[in-house]
Amino acid sequence: MLGVLLLAFSLVTIVHSELCRPDAQNAFKVRLSIKTALGDNAYAWDASEEYLFKAMVAFAMRRYSNKETTQISNVLLCNMTERVSFWFVVTDSARNMTTVPGSEVEAAVRMNRNRINSAFLLTDNTLQFLKISSTLSPPIEPAVPVWLIVFGVVLCLVVVGILLLVVSGIRQRKKNNHESAETGDLEDKCDTPVTTENGIPCDILDLKAGQINGVYAADDERFTPL
Amino acid sequence: MGQSLTVCFCLHFLCSGAGKCLEISIFMSDVRRRVGSAISLEPCWSAAHTWGFLIPYLIMLIVEGMPLLYLELAVGQHMRQGSIGAWKIISPYLSGVGIASVVVSFFLSMYYNVINAWAFWYLFHSFQDPLPWASCPLNSNHTGYDEECAKTSSTQYFWYRKTLNISPSIEEYGSIQWEQVVCLILAWLVVYLCILRGTESTGKVVYVTATLPYLVLMIYLIRGLTLHGAVNGLIYMFTPKLEQLANPKTWINAATQIFFSLGLGFGSLIAFASYNESNNNCERHAIIVSLINSSTSIFASIVTFSIYGFKATFNYENCLSKVILLLTNVFDLEEGALTADNLDSMKDYLTSTYPNQYAELLPQIKNCSLEAELDTAVQGTGLAFILYSEAIKNMEVSQLYSVLYFIMLLMLGIGSMLGNTAAILTPLTDSKFLSTHLPKEVISGIVCFINCIVGLVFTMEAGNYWFDIFNDYGATLSLLLIVLVETIAVCYVYGLRRFEKDLLLMIGHKPNWYWKIMWAFASPVLIISLFIFYLTDYIRTGTLQYQAWDATQGQLVTKDYPSYALAVIGLLVASSTMCIPIGALIIFIMKRLKKRSVSTLE
Repeated sequence: MLGVLLLAFSLVTIVHSELCRPDAQNAFKVRLSIKTALGDNAYAWDASEEYLFKAMVAFAMRRYSNKETTQISNVLLCNMTERVSFWFVVTDSARNMTTVPGSEVEAAVRMNRNRINSAFLLTDNTLQFLKISSTLSPPIEPAVPVWLIVFGVVLCLVVVGILLLVVSGIRQRKKNNHESAETGDLEDKCDTPVTTENGIPCDILDLKAGQINGVYAADDERFTPL
Repeated sequence: MGQSLTVCFCLHFLCSGAGKCLEISIFMSDVRRRVGSAISLEPCWSAAHTWGFLIPYLIMLIVEGMPLLYLELAVGQHMRQGSIGAWKIISPYLSGVGIASVVVSFFLSMYYNVINAWAFWYLFHSFQDPLPWASCPLNSNHTGYDEECAKTSSTQYFWYRKTLNISPSIEEYGSIQWEQVVCLILAWLVVYLCILRGTESTGKVVYVTATLPYLVLMIYLIRGLTLHGAVNGLIYMFTPKLEQLANPKTWINAATQIFFSLGLGFGSLIAFASYNESNNNCERHAIIVSLINSSTSIFASIVTFSIYGFKATFNYENCLSKVILLLTNVFDLEEGALTADNLDSMKDYLTSTYPNQYAELLPQIKNCSLEAELDTAVQGTGLAFILYSEAIKNMEVSQLYSVLYFIMLLMLGIGSMLGNTAAILTPLTDSKFLSTHLPKEVISGIVCFINCIVGLVFTMEAGNYWFDIFNDYGATLSLLLIVLVETIAVCYVYGLRRFEKDLLLMIGHKPNWYWKIMWAFASPVLIISLFIFYLTDYIRTGTLQYQAWDATQGQLVTKDYPSYALAVIGLLVASSTMCIPIGALIIFIMKRLKKRSVSTLE
């Protein structure tokens, strides 16, 4: 009896070690970075956590295939390291000594990645299934890009400013023309005398450069030639 | 390119003949305006240089900047005319100098506003909650990051791909990017709004554009100095690097930066000074303005380097943690066993314990070095945008700092644009022909419109390469030549003794021996040596080269310019420098014709 038990036990171990090996067919490596994720609140990885992991994988398989055949005992873990990394493989309960195809396991884990992550308080980055690429969530894009909205606001302000300035400039110019026309009319009515200086009307003499006598203005002939 | 803004205020009064100039605090407004131009984009652009840059900068300021500034102010104050008229008085053959200045300003205004367009683009994107350059976008099937972005950093990807959508070389034009076009149109509308009413409104705008950057710099100084790793940047800035001092390129960059930030050669200083009273102490002005200029540069450099140190430290620590993660994963060590401190000893231990595996891993392990991070130099416009956006994305409340930074960049850029466009507009609005037929709003509008249409070239996919052409060759050589001609004209054509006597009349004492040596020998010699360096560099390399972005590698590669690009470069340089000899030639011919007609009359 004991011998049979021992034989069965060693068989199971051998089966276990054959099915679950690093780089075995349909086996996946898992890596956890608990301290990076949780810092001071990090929990220690022990046998209970392993049990939870097996349960989560079994749960994922059940959800994926919709058959309630996968048991916790179907999930085999091996090669536990200090990193906290290990390999796991899911055996097929229907057929002995075979593992569930990797594609199925991959699809199942992908489908339930969120649930698995949150069970361990980790994220896609800190709970890594090395051959299973995670679907990254795209950033939230609002319906109208934000920059267009701000651009529109600034553009409207600037255009309004330009229009205001242009319109007020036109209005001011009309007023000036109007005023000068009015003063023109006034002058015609009042017939103001034209001030003269030496017989020459003053406004001709009122040069911007000052009272320069044109006779002496020629620069070139400042010095009389010898 | 922070060209002096004094042109806006003073050319208006000078040239429109509005009457007696109001000299209300001209000195203070000059200082404020010059300060507005001093704090140009230059410190941001060339911050990749170190203290090895600060020493040449200060030396060039004392040897070139102050004397030439004094010279231009004195010329303007004595001749009491704008740039074109003042040189005509010194010698009628020099009327081309003023025209060359206007042509240079025209080229500058064509391409400079594109920087403002980019600043607007970044500003508008700063309002998004995670900043768009903070992370890479995902690839098409959402399994990883976009390929190009993964090879380079997310900030560089945002600049080269999302902002510029740059093509691999200058030959491939690509299409016009509509997003850049609308930003460029907005930038020109803003400039038009400010210059619309002429220079009285520009004067008010300058008060804002000159003071706001100082405020933002103060905020950044406080924030920058408290950042983790800022000290590394400051230490790097203040340790002299002898190899850099020996490199002549450093000195050339310092010289050109002095020219730009003081606004030498643009003609605006002469125009401004012509408006001062005859007995104004322009020597004092020149010294004070140069000192304010240099202290602003140092201030801006401190801010830049503290942020630079933060970015370098952040990248260094990132690199270290990547190496640690790689080693931890491959050797399945316990988390936290490898830290930055014991990394080296652990590496040795691993090499001895697992030699094969470690040897396999060796190519992937990067040697992280803080020095290497600090040495990575980003050149040109990329610096202002990539470096700062990278530093900002790692700060807390990054949106706020980003908005502040890009508003500051906009203020500086628009301030410079106002000076530039005013320099172009004043001759136009003063010419009797145009001002009688068109109101000044229309003239300003036409100038802005033409510049905007030309600026569309820079919004194409290859636009940034054309921008670099304009940036590198549009103004640098021409300004050097203009300033050289000015110095030689004053010292040798007009006569240094005559100039001394004029200064004695104006400010009451003759200039020091220091100024005379600088004007007569040091500055011309320096400028000529700069020219010689440019020429020898060109002859040595045989052809001019540019940096093109290679999307497949995720980095810049050097390429040669095609022949038509070289032709454009030649045209740019020739069209402004040829004004001087052509102007002289025309006057010579006119005088000959007049003499002939006079002699035939007799």
